[in-house]
Amino acid sequence: MKSHVLRPLWLAIAVVGSVLVARIFMVPDDFGVHGDSFTYNFYRLGNVQEWKDFPAKYQGRERCARCHEENTEEIATSKHVNMQCENCHGPGVGHPKQIKKLPVNASRELCLRCHHYLAYPSSQRSALAGIDGNKHMKKKECRKCHNPHHPNLEDM
Amino acid sequence: MSCSRREFLKQTMAGAVTAAIPACSVIFLAPGEAQAMTDGSKLRWAFLVDTEKCVGCGLCVDACKTENEIPYDAPVSRTWVERYVITKDGETHIDSPNAGRDGFTTSEIRGEEIDPENIDKAFFVPKLCNQCDNPPCVQVCPVGATYQTEDGVVLVDRKWCIGCGYCVMACPYGVRFFHPVHKTAEKCNFCYHRITDGKEAACVQACPFEARKMGNLRDPEDPVTKVITNERVQVLKDEYGTKPHVFYLGLDEKVR
Repeated sequence: MKSHVLRPLWLAIAVVGSVLVARIFMVPDDFGVHGDSFTYNFYRLGNVQEWKDFPAKYQGRERCARCHEENTEEIATSKHVNMQCENCHGPGVGHPKQIKKLPVNASRELCLRCHHYLAYPSSQRSALAGIDGNKHMKKKECRKCHNPHHPNLEDM
Repeated sequence: MSCSRREFLKQTMAGAVTAAIPACSVIFLAPGEAQAMTDGSKLRWAFLVDTEKCVGCGLCVDACKTENEIPYDAPVSRTWVERYVITKDGETHIDSPNAGRDGFTTSEIRGEEIDPENIDKAFFVPKLCNQCDNPPCVQVCPVGATYQTEDGVVLVDRKWCIGCGYCVMACPYGVRFFHPVHKTAEKCNFCYHRITDGKEAACVQACPFEARKMGNLRDPEDPVTKVITNERVQVLKDEYGTKPHVFYLGLDEKVR
């Protein structure tokens, strides 16, 4: 065969060959099809474990209750029973060992997320105890009067 | 051009070998092998959003950002809450300031004050990745950096992602974005590190109104599965054929 045909042919073979050799070294062993679909399950298997090892920040109220029995019992009998401790106190990761005291969010803005009244007829929002954040005790922290662990208006 | 029989056979063989080389780089699964891989899965995660219960407090968005290390003030979020206010003149007002991270503490929508007397209906809709059964974002990934695990969750391999953005464009729900720090594609993964560890997803745990729940669709006794199978639930953009696995209770036709 003539050399003008063979030369590019050899070149093409060399390129394909070198890509295949490079692939052996560069693609991890666990990269491939792990499942029944080439389309959706073509990936590096080790990444699943990497995601599982991602550190969790929120610990849940059951962990808080181990030490802060008094507070968790009080809130359990109030209307705030479904509020997680960490919604106001911040994520409990590292507490109490690294972080001695969790920084509590005592801002008005936090309370107003639910308790700023919005007149929405078809939403549960309008059924919650609500005030106008721009008028009611402006600039004062809500907890100065309302106990967030036992917010019943009758007991004030 | 003359060509002897010997010469012809030689060249044919060479051609056949050359053509066969690229085929070596593909792995073929025997049908039995493929089946063994699918039968093992007794778990398929699904999400249930009760829009009737959501009050738009945004604690879910706040918790998600902290839990998943999404820069707090960056204009991106794995989940967000939308507010819909439909007025008597038939107009729909939608907003989601800061993805709903700070809740909705004003009746103003995009600088417009809406008269409460004029409201027909108003509600909040939390949104997140639908963990589709036919995820278009995975189909378009040119490098295999995003994929579906055997329990149905779509993950992104941050080490493998080249940041081309095809997946961001392909998702019909707009849940994908670039992580401002890692510079790779990012999205909700149902808090994979938490759910595989027996914990609730951060948004599910943070929700004080039980508007967000998660369950295993393969377990008929799962309370969330019971709601999904027995009650009238809806999914977003069903017509796209993506088979989303975030189910909504009480969804309005205005929600897209």
